[in-house]
Amino acid sequence: MHVLTNEIRRIARDLLKSKEVDLVIGFEQGTMHLRSTPCFVRDAADADRLVWDDFCQNNLAAYVAKREGSTAIVAKGCDTRALVELIKENRISREQLVIIGVPCEGMVDSARIETELDHGAIREVFKENGELVVKGINSERRFNREAFLYESCKRCRQRNPVIYDKLVGSEVKTSGDDSFQDIEAFEDLPTEERWTYFSKEMDKCIRCYACRNACPLCYCQECFVDFSSPQWIGKSVDLSDTGLFHLMRAFHLAGRCVECGACERACPIGVDIGKLNRKLCKDVQELFGYQAGTSLEEVAPLSTYRLDDPENFMFEL
Amino acid sequence: MTESEKWEPKIVAFLCNWCSYAGADLAGTSRIQYPHNIRIIRVPCSGRINPFFILASLQAGIDGVLVSGCHPGECHYLTGNYSARRKFALLKNLLEFIGLEEERVHFTWVSASEGTRFGNVIEKMTEKVKALGPAVKLVKNPE
Repeated sequence: MHVLTNEIRRIARDLLKSKEVDLVIGFEQGTMHLRSTPCFVRDAADADRLVWDDFCQNNLAAYVAKREGSTAIVAKGCDTRALVELIKENRISREQLVIIGVPCEGMVDSARIETELDHGAIREVFKENGELVVKGINSERRFNREAFLYESCKRCRQRNPVIYDKLVGSEVKTSGDDSFQDIEAFEDLPTEERWTYFSKEMDKCIRCYACRNACPLCYCQECFVDFSSPQWIGKSVDLSDTGLFHLMRAFHLAGRCVECGACERACPIGVDIGKLNRKLCKDVQELFGYQAGTSLEEVAPLSTYRLDDPENFMFEL
Repeated sequence: MTESEKWEPKIVAFLCNWCSYAGADLAGTSRIQYPHNIRIIRVPCSGRINPFFILASLQAGIDGVLVSGCHPGECHYLTGNYSARRKFALLKNLLEFIGLEEERVHFTWVSASEGTRFGNVIEKMTEKVKALGPAVKLVKNPE
């Protein structure tokens, strides 16, 4: 069992017992190995369901909402970044939130491990000397967890919680180096190659909206894709419709996306959704010097302006 | 004349009510000649432009989109164009990023006294879009 699991359970139990909160959102062991799923604990006796391991990949900030009582939430670095944005957007109030911050060492891409195992049956999973040991019926495989982290976790700049009330374990070294090299490389490609890539990716999309649902910051009661009057966007999987959907989805997250990668992980088809989001993150940072979810005070970049904002994109006579 | 020589681009121009629309009006009353390829849509302010308007135009098969508002510091609502400028910077970069032709979507400022400038902008924009040829990318059900 992960060392932090006990600590999380103890904190959750205390919070529920003392009635400081009436709900704890955390992770529990999923029905399958290599999976942990979001878990909602309302009773102190159930606190032992909570776990912490290498597969707590969901962004739990997606589950907090305005409600009567107070909520405690187990939060990684990226989850707290999302919470910061949600608090700033008045989606939740800081007072009704108890953040159980967990320094995160990156989450392991279970799908990639399953592929490595050729989707064979798994009997047991545990960690030994920093390696992930997966036992099958007659086999045992060892994985270097660092190599099997999600891409978003590998380049994560904020592994430690930004804000928290209780910190579980001790802070980890934040890798902190995302220079957007992949985005720059893509920008340097010729226009037609970029278009070919984009249209190929969009062509895969089946419009299930899993990306939208997994995103902690896509919380509109009525999303523009669900509207029928006016119908903002066609419902087909036509390249133009999916393209518009993804462009607008990404644009709605401009200056808000916390790069947690939840959308990419939720996508059943593996559409490269993150590329659009990351492009906007890069631009917001370069043009307006803003990184989402890192400060409670800084005003959102699209809610403000500077007199000397860059204008070099404007039409020139 | 061949098909391609006959082709004339369709350009949508979103003009803010207070400056650019008045600028277009001045161009008209001053008898300034400019290409007839634009269709003007009047909006209250450049800050009113939802990026979706631009994408929806491209989806409908529009060959070029122009958005024009008051010069910085001259907005009727004081700061609408400043907010718009941030949105436009991101949108323009994003559209280029996915591989849309750079010259399809343009942003500019035209004041109410700049009838000549309005004419010049339309002329130059039409020229650029013509050079690109008809829009295909992002168009729904292209012929």
